[in-house]
Amino acid sequence: MIFDILSWCLFLLGALFIIAGSLGMLRFPDFYTRLHAAGVTDTLGVELMLLAMIFQSDNWITIVKLLLIALFMLLTSPVATHAIAHAAWVGKLKPMLGPDLRRDGDAETREEDA
Amino acid sequence: MLRFLTKIAGRHLALALSMFGLWLLLSGYFTYPTLLAFGIISVLLTTWLAQRAGMLDREGVPTRVFPGILTYMLWLTVEIGKSNIAVTMHALSPRLKLSPKMVTVPAYQTSDLGKVIFANSITLTPGTVTVDLHENDILVHALTEDLADVGGMTAMGEKVCGFDGLEGREWARQRKAERHAAADKAAAERQAGGRQVGQ
Repeated sequence: MIFDILSWCLFLLGALFIIAGSLGMLRFPDFYTRLHAAGVTDTLGVELMLLAMIFQSDNWITIVKLLLIALFMLLTSPVATHAIAHAAWVGKLKPMLGPDLRRDGDAETREEDA
Repeated sequence: MLRFLTKIAGRHLALALSMFGLWLLLSGYFTYPTLLAFGIISVLLTTWLAQRAGMLDREGVPTRVFPGILTYMLWLTVEIGKSNIAVTMHALSPRLKLSPKMVTVPAYQTSDLGKVIFANSITLTPGTVTVDLHENDILVHALTEDLADVGGMTAMGEKVCGFDGLEGREWARQRKAERHAAADKAAAERQAGGRQVGQ
């Protein structure tokens, strides 16, 4: 009973983080900042969901397998994130920088257009 | 005796035991002798194959990062939780107040594995993503000015150095001594300045 309540709290908390991550992914302005929002769903969202499932499971083999899934999520998700970010960086996609979100070449391109 | 055994076959033993433990946990067979025998045979075969492929070196079976990495992972979990909450606040705030920033962080881990652990830890904490990796530093993209905390990330790198071989530990100790010296100097200057103002 206590485990049920605990696991439901964790499910709801995980869902909150996943929704926040998705919302950030839609709202943030450019490629690199959107990656950060995806990181929220990757780490805390998924891990809280898995923790909630651990409280729901009734034999220890399931618990061990869920723990291993959590560990491998932690090991692999940053590799994927870095691969995407590095691909964008090598492909010379410029990040928006500073509080006014300026790209490095913005002024020049405008001059070229004019 | 034990030291001699770990010297000639330490990595074989570590790999075989950890693989057999994983096999037991995943299969859940503890009582069927036939299945256990097959499990042991497959573990031995895999260890032999790994040795034949030349993968039983300090990169393939990194026994030296244990047990230091376990406390590090606990500490990292807390850090991930903290920065997750910060990024979530930014995502849910009615007006976006972002100030993305690129910073370079020194990475003097001795082994490639140490660098991978450090770069992955940076990426794993939301708000900072490793974009590029050079010989001795890492290029990091941060979501806001506050999250681009070079000092904090360098401290994380020192923690990684702490369990990554002898040279890394030496470097971390040096950095700590430098920081202490700088703090002492700043304190002394502050004291001297205060005295001057007092006069």
